[in-house]
Amino acid sequence: MRHEVRFSGFGGQGIILSAVILGRAAVMYDGIYAVQTQVYGPEARGGASMSSVIIDEAPILYPKVKDPDILVMMSQEGFEKYGVSAREDAVMIIDSSLVQSRPRCRYLEIPATTEAKNTLGREIVANIIMLGALVRATGIVREESIEKAILDSVPKGTESLNIKAMKRGMELVPGGKIG
Amino acid sequence: MQGNVACAEGALAAGCSFFGGYPITPSTEIAEHMALKLPKAGGVFLQMEDEIGSIAAVIGASWTGARAMTATSGPGFSLMMENIGFAAMTETPCVIVNVQRGGPSTGQPTMSGQADMLQCRFGSHGDYSIIALSPESVQEMYELSVMAFNLADRFRVPVFLMADEIIGHLRERIEIPDSVQRVERRPLNQGDLPFHPGEDLVPGFPRFGSGFKVHVTGLTHDERGYPCTTNPKVHEELVKRLVEKVESKRHEIADYRVTNPDAERVFVTYGSPSRSVEQVIHDNPGEEIGHLRFRVVWPFPEDALREFKDAKAFFVPEQNLGQIAREIERHTSVPVIRLPRFGGSLHTPEELTSALGAFK
Amino acid sequence: MRADRLPHIFCSGCGNGTVLNCTLNAVDQMGWKKEETVFVSGIGCSSRAPGYILADSLHTTHGRALAFATGIKMAKPELHVVVLTGDGDLAAIGGNHFIHACRRNIDLSVVCMNNMIYGMTGGQVSPTTPRTALSTTTPYGSAEPAFDLCELAIAAGANYVSRWTSFHVKELTRAILAGLRIPGLSFIEALSQCPTNFGKRNKFRQAMDQVEYFKTHGILIEKVQRLREEGKDIPPDAIVLGEMIRRNRPAMGVRK
Ligand SMILES: Cc1ncc(C[n+]2csc(CCOP(=O)(O)OP(=O)(O)O)c2C)c(N)n1
Ligand code: SF4
Repeated sequence: MRHEVRFSGFGGQGIILSAVILGRAAVMYDGIYAVQTQVYGPEARGGASMSSVIIDEAPILYPKVKDPDILVMMSQEGFEKYGVSAREDAVMIIDSSLVQSRPRCRYLEIPATTEAKNTLGREIVANIIMLGALVRATGIVREESIEKAILDSVPKGTESLNIKAMKRGMELVPGGKIG
Repeated sequence: MQGNVACAEGALAAGCSFFGGYPITPSTEIAEHMALKLPKAGGVFLQMEDEIGSIAAVIGASWTGARAMTATSGPGFSLMMENIGFAAMTETPCVIVNVQRGGPSTGQPTMSGQADMLQCRFGSHGDYSIIALSPESVQEMYELSVMAFNLADRFRVPVFLMADEIIGHLRERIEIPDSVQRVERRPLNQGDLPFHPGEDLVPGFPRFGSGFKVHVTGLTHDERGYPCTTNPKVHEELVKRLVEKVESKRHEIADYRVTNPDAERVFVTYGSPSRSVEQVIHDNPGEEIGHLRFRVVWPFPEDALREFKDAKAFFVPEQNLGQIAREIERHTSVPVIRLPRFGGSLHTPEELTSALGAFK
Repeated sequence: MRADRLPHIFCSGCGNGTVLNCTLNAVDQMGWKKEETVFVSGIGCSSRAPGYILADSLHTTHGRALAFATGIKMAKPELHVVVLTGDGDLAAIGGNHFIHACRRNIDLSVVCMNNMIYGMTGGQVSPTTPRTALSTTTPYGSAEPAFDLCELAIAAGANYVSRWTSFHVKELTRAILAGLRIPGLSFIEALSQCPTNFGKRNKFRQAMDQVEYFKTHGILIEKVQRLREEGKDIPPDAIVLGEMIRRNRPAMGVRK
């Protein structure tokens, strides 16, 4: 089944890296197909940043996101730009430390930025907490696959911090899968 | 892997050992990847002072026998035009990647376009011919990059990889082969004149530094390579040969994909809009929808149109006002329906489906 | 300023805003009429500056600002023409126009925001990137020697040349003012921090770290000359600041 995942937040949160890691997990470790796209340009600087991944067992033909069924929102501005119009049967994972609004669709609150700062001591891994939560909640890729893809993609020396962040994200999902 | 990175990887696999370029969105990742990889592979990466210098350095490197390339987008592509004519006239193999964005002028740097398709064919002054390829996927960014080097060496012409922002920036799955096929430049035989056409109209290549003492000039030249600028016959023969060596081989160069050849309604595409058409065909399994997809756009493979014997209409989605649609019209009496799309985004499958519906 | 064009595209901490302010301040002090002042630029972050100024402004193609400006000034010398450009725009793709505009000594004021990198395209090497510095196209450190833009302008014939930085706001404003007054080509180089694309790759973690560097490594041209006369060494990483030349070569396009 085709899943369209959209990540949004602000520049510097690792929104694009999150999408690349998820795509990598699907392609390299789950052996399925993924296509990743992002918004380029001056508007991507500072303001709301956005990136997407499409994941499917079959080859992906049309490579652009039409109407995402999974959303990860990490800033209020990002939510307003890319999240408010989410379709009703979508699933949204919200960084509840930064996003005040709530959507009409099902959602899950993960205080990723607060957790990253307080529990792990590095705000920068908030996106990895969100990734962990996303994978636990939706099962869109296997948990061992996302772990491997994270290890491939993060700077040397930060592997254990990032894996801790991923696990923390998974723990924060109440009762496991909601997708 | 990202499309632009795949393009660079394809070039490296093909043995490209020289890259001269100038940063420009949305092609810059190609230069950046070459800057990372080429020095380690024993090649040379140079960021030149502009695109005029970039293509000039590429042509210079090519004369030493190196497989050389540059990558750019609209504004830089326009700047390269004079020296592209020089490469055509001097029969210098080289690969020029254009990751197309919205024009004219600085236009839409971060958005996709396909409006340089005629420029790549006719952009420099004078009559000449070139080869242009157009990839629809990250996989093809790799494959066609390899193919571009082979065609450039085989025909001694500038070869254009006419990508677009959507494919250049897309990340998707790619299979990298263990090795790639290489078609080498035919060296000049000792004793032959350096610009003697030979059987297939492509002269052997007298690499600089291999003792041929060859004179290479953008002026009209005879078979010795010496300027001969007032003799109409020499000029006519040279220009005709520059065009014929490519155009007479259009069947050999042609590379396209045919889906549902019995269909009456046929999409014709190249580059990223192909993906939207594939989605339409996938989503409408009950309907006979044809698709002709060019991987080589120039020389224009007009025979491909005849694969669709029952065609009642050709639908041509392009990110321009109909540059290739116009070429198709020249080769068929079947109605050609232009489906231009502006602003840098991809045709949606829905709009293509409704275009089909409107024709019924 | 064009209020309807805000917010601007500069990253937070970028030095371009400071240089633009100094330029506008100097133009204000000249008391020039808005209708008689034209701002011209090429392509780059720095070259977006004229888009925020409420005056006639021509945002041109990459590297060609000086050639466009030459046309404006020679066709209508009554206009005051200020060129805002970047190091890549001016010295790489525009290098030829730069030396010829200096040679002609056209009555233009050229303010170059030199951030030593290509900002707009995401951090590639520029002709003023210091040797060994990192950029996305010099991942192993730049192997090429850098241009000294001021020496280039002097050698090519500009009437007025000076260099300051985004730290030296007063001095920079004064230098631009002097440049606006002097007939012939005035070239003012303003070193400017680019935290996004230069700083973060080259050990300036915060924008202010690079501004601090400008402050601590700046050395006045007068002092350099004195050290030279005394046969003493000048630190290799010193940034030479101040007025490099002021002269009266024949100029073109001067308002009658
Ligand atoms: C002919 C052409 N080539 C390349 C580009 C892409 N491009 C846009 S801005 C830029 C470099 C800008 O650097 P600089 O002048 O130093 O300005 P900055 O952004 O650092 O302020 C380049 C290469 C272009 N617009 N036109
Ligand atoms: S990229 Fe650099 S020069 Fe451009 S706006 Fe940002 S800080 Fe300024």
